[in-house]
Amino acid sequence: MNDMTPIQTTLKDWETDQEVRWCPGCGDYAILKAVQRTLPMVGADPKNTVFVSGIGCSSRFPYYIESYGFHTIHGRAPAFATGIKLANPDLDVWLVTGDGDGMSIGGNHTMHILRRNLDCQIMLFNNEIYGLTKGQYSPTSRVGTPSPTSPIGSVDRPALPCAFALGAGARFVARGYDVSKDLPEVLIAAYRHKGAAFIEIFQNCIVYNKDRFDDFIAKAVAADNQIMCRDGEPLLFAKNTKGLSLDLKTLSLKVVPVLDGDWQAAGVAVHNPRNRGLAHMLIEMPFGAFPMALGVIYDDPAPTFESAVIAERASLIAGKTADLGKLLSKGQTWTVPESSDAHGLMD
Amino acid sequence: MATRSAQYGSADGAGQDAQASVHEASPEAVVVRFAGDSGDGMQLTGGQFTLSTALAGNDLATFPDFPAEIRAPQGTLFGVSAFQINFGSSEITTAGDAPDVLVAMNPAALKTNVQALKPGGLVIADTGEFNKRNLEKARYEVSPLDDGSLARWDVLAFDISALTMEAVKPLGLGNKEALRCKNMWTLGLALWMFDRDRQPLIDWLNAKFAKNPVLAQANIAALNAGHAYGETAELAGPLRKLHVDPVASEPGLYRTITGAEAVSLGLVAGAQLAGLPMFFGGYPITPASAILHNLVKMKEFGITTFQAEDEIAAICAAIGASYAGQLGVTSSSGPGIALKGEAMGLAIMTELPLVIVNSQRGGPSTGLPTKTEQSDLYQAVYGRNGDAPLPVIAARSPADAFECAVEACRIAVSYMTPVILLTDGYIGNASEPWKVPDPTSFTPFPVSFLEESNNPAGKVLPFKRDARGVRPWIKAGTPGLMHRIGGIEKAIDTGNIDYAPDVHQAQTDARKARIDGIARDVPPQEAALGEARGTLAVVGWGSTFGPIHQAVRRARRTGFDVSHIHVRHVWPLPANLGELLGGFDHVLVPEMNTGQFKTVLRDQFLVDAVPLAKTSGQPFAIAEIEAAIAAFFDGISDNEGGEVAVNDTQLPAPEIEHP
Repeated sequence: MNDMTPIQTTLKDWETDQEVRWCPGCGDYAILKAVQRTLPMVGADPKNTVFVSGIGCSSRFPYYIESYGFHTIHGRAPAFATGIKLANPDLDVWLVTGDGDGMSIGGNHTMHILRRNLDCQIMLFNNEIYGLTKGQYSPTSRVGTPSPTSPIGSVDRPALPCAFALGAGARFVARGYDVSKDLPEVLIAAYRHKGAAFIEIFQNCIVYNKDRFDDFIAKAVAADNQIMCRDGEPLLFAKNTKGLSLDLKTLSLKVVPVLDGDWQAAGVAVHNPRNRGLAHMLIEMPFGAFPMALGVIYDDPAPTFESAVIAERASLIAGKTADLGKLLSKGQTWTVPESSDAHGLMD
Repeated sequence: MATRSAQYGSADGAGQDAQASVHEASPEAVVVRFAGDSGDGMQLTGGQFTLSTALAGNDLATFPDFPAEIRAPQGTLFGVSAFQINFGSSEITTAGDAPDVLVAMNPAALKTNVQALKPGGLVIADTGEFNKRNLEKARYEVSPLDDGSLARWDVLAFDISALTMEAVKPLGLGNKEALRCKNMWTLGLALWMFDRDRQPLIDWLNAKFAKNPVLAQANIAALNAGHAYGETAELAGPLRKLHVDPVASEPGLYRTITGAEAVSLGLVAGAQLAGLPMFFGGYPITPASAILHNLVKMKEFGITTFQAEDEIAAICAAIGASYAGQLGVTSSSGPGIALKGEAMGLAIMTELPLVIVNSQRGGPSTGLPTKTEQSDLYQAVYGRNGDAPLPVIAARSPADAFECAVEACRIAVSYMTPVILLTDGYIGNASEPWKVPDPTSFTPFPVSFLEESNNPAGKVLPFKRDARGVRPWIKAGTPGLMHRIGGIEKAIDTGNIDYAPDVHQAQTDARKARIDGIARDVPPQEAALGEARGTLAVVGWGSTFGPIHQAVRRARRTGFDVSHIHVRHVWPLPANLGELLGGFDHVLVPEMNTGQFKTVLRDQFLVDAVPLAKTSGQPFAIAEIEAAIAAFFDGISDNEGGEVAVNDTQLPAPEIEHP
């Protein structure tokens, strides 16, 4: 985000004249709407907004947002974003990537944009499948995912995008899902975070991996199987009948029952997004025994890459003037006089 | 061996007849090679000798040759580092075929370099290093200084190590530090030999060791001692004082410049002339890293440098910066350029300016990281998926690289296209005198970004082309001109995604026509030497300029009807080149590859271009090209062109590579 004067826009202002071409029912539609709802809320300015994407279904995203947009090549969006932001730090840069684009072919760039902490929002649409190439298992597919390239189920152990992000040094890690009513809240927090904000968004691939996340999204189980992390609030779920507590013996989280809403008596921990250790535990707690952690899991700003680059340049050029003539004649020179039969003279 | 004659050939400059012998009082050109262990400071010695040569007003060309290993084991054959300089009182365009003088600081340096020395040439050797251990490392059973094996040459062997120790003794340095002044002692002797002023070196040493005056004094003492040794030692025979007259050159301010420096300065000048900040994305790779090192020190010219996580990120970030309105630049060598291929395609597809510098080295794959070759021509011209044309420019010498870099910037921003600038390891590391240009004499090519919609009827048309087929450059951040670009085929004018058959046909044609059109915007091709028609045209590109030029000069003196044509704009080719080549009975194309430019010429002009290939990682020797020219005039059929054999007398010596 930037410290700019907020601009008044409406959702309509962020829609382009292009026909949206995702499969009917695709989770991407809901994410697009959530983003278009969020941008007016944060006062974003279309002319200073750039959406950068790689390749994949998710990467069509920029064509549908009325701002600047760059649909680049597979996995490399973070590198383009870095050049854009360094060239003009006033631009608000959003990255749109997927589990294949960002965790597989572009995993290297994802790591480096996070460790450098370039100020941007990185939305990784995780549908645990390669959609655009017609359904092969992806680096986030769970073991046993059947697909055209894994007929009896995939054997690779999946990557955990948020754990990867934290390991790479991310200072903001959040989770949401396509149809979540809380998604704009997460996006706003990401936008307000100065630095690289990593948001994993579970997204329903209606064609190749339908309802993959129903075990925590479906209405009947959502309350029991997801936990929304909010700064300063107790880590409660299942309609406040359960909570997460720190087991001091094992130094790990455990699920505790909460009676009559008395979470303090139950020893439920209060969420602190500046606690990196807690963030690790929330991200890695195994689903099933634990709920799926959503919301802003980690948010602890650090100096951004572009500010460091600007400061470095300022110190390197302090006291120097940009005199091309002087630059060209730097070092030891000599003059050949008009009558060139004489020896060169040293300057 | 086809190239045997090279050994007896001469340095360029005046040609064989007037060629230097170290016994002459005032030769026209002299080739000196300094060789020693990588720890002996030979590159530094060579660099300082180069500077003193330039200050003496001689024309010069150098060729540094160092091992790929950072710290090769001391005294070994593969740890030898050498520096060759050719200087003279007439035009010099190559580092010289064979040295007149070899300075060998240890047995390994002697072994790997002496075969290159001209018969009758002078060897200066440090006997202090010819001990049992070093002789064994160099695989000598008996000291060559004692067994008569150097009879073809004049040998001057004395204990430079001991003389240096003696000279710096009063300063109380430890043995190791004292011996490190050996190179300055040797340089002092060389300065005496060629009648050079010591003062610039003394000033340089004082500045270099400003924080450690004892070391400055020690080095100066060694320098003076070496000089005094030449002055006073009663040496019968080979060691004579020589004076090489200054070359007649255009009046003006001069400095020496390497290709890597020239490219860096040219990029800075190009960005300035375009009125743009520059964004340079790079990733360390030999021999291209020097450009990144240089630009980091020039940030006051609106330069942002970005050391990326890999070659791909380096070019992608540069393209991103171009999208945001800066001049994006990236640089690498063959393997890195291969990685950048897909991103180049995106820059072609989105029609964004970008300069890509390829400092070529021997390939394929990792190949020969520190050796020169020009085998990336196909890669530059053809090496991308799809019909993906882009302009390619090739520098012919270190100084020429400056103008070429400016030209690459001009074409990139004027035509909204990525441009590849080809140099090579030889151009990058070699140095030559350069007449410092006056920046006010450059023609600016200021960029004008689109600030207001080019479509009165509605939304901006980011791909609306002008008469040259060029789209407007719209900086991300410009009010009211929001638009989307990407790698998918796009509709005419609007740039919206569209892969209808007629659209792809039209856009493919438009991309090709725009790049082809650049041929009308480059100067017509002229002959660099000789007439515009005749019996034989020797056509080159890139760093073969020097040897081709000298070879053609000599051949013409012999009476052969031969011209030299050197092509800077490798793609698109100058509009008149086909017609020019048509005026010759034969076309010979010497290249440090298996014949890539030859193929392009045949394809474009249906001309019967004959290749002369050299792929040993060594630059052409003049004599090799001279011999190839002669084959067109000897009345024998079917002996033209072909492959130049490995040349034992050239840097790098094969023994360094295969110890």
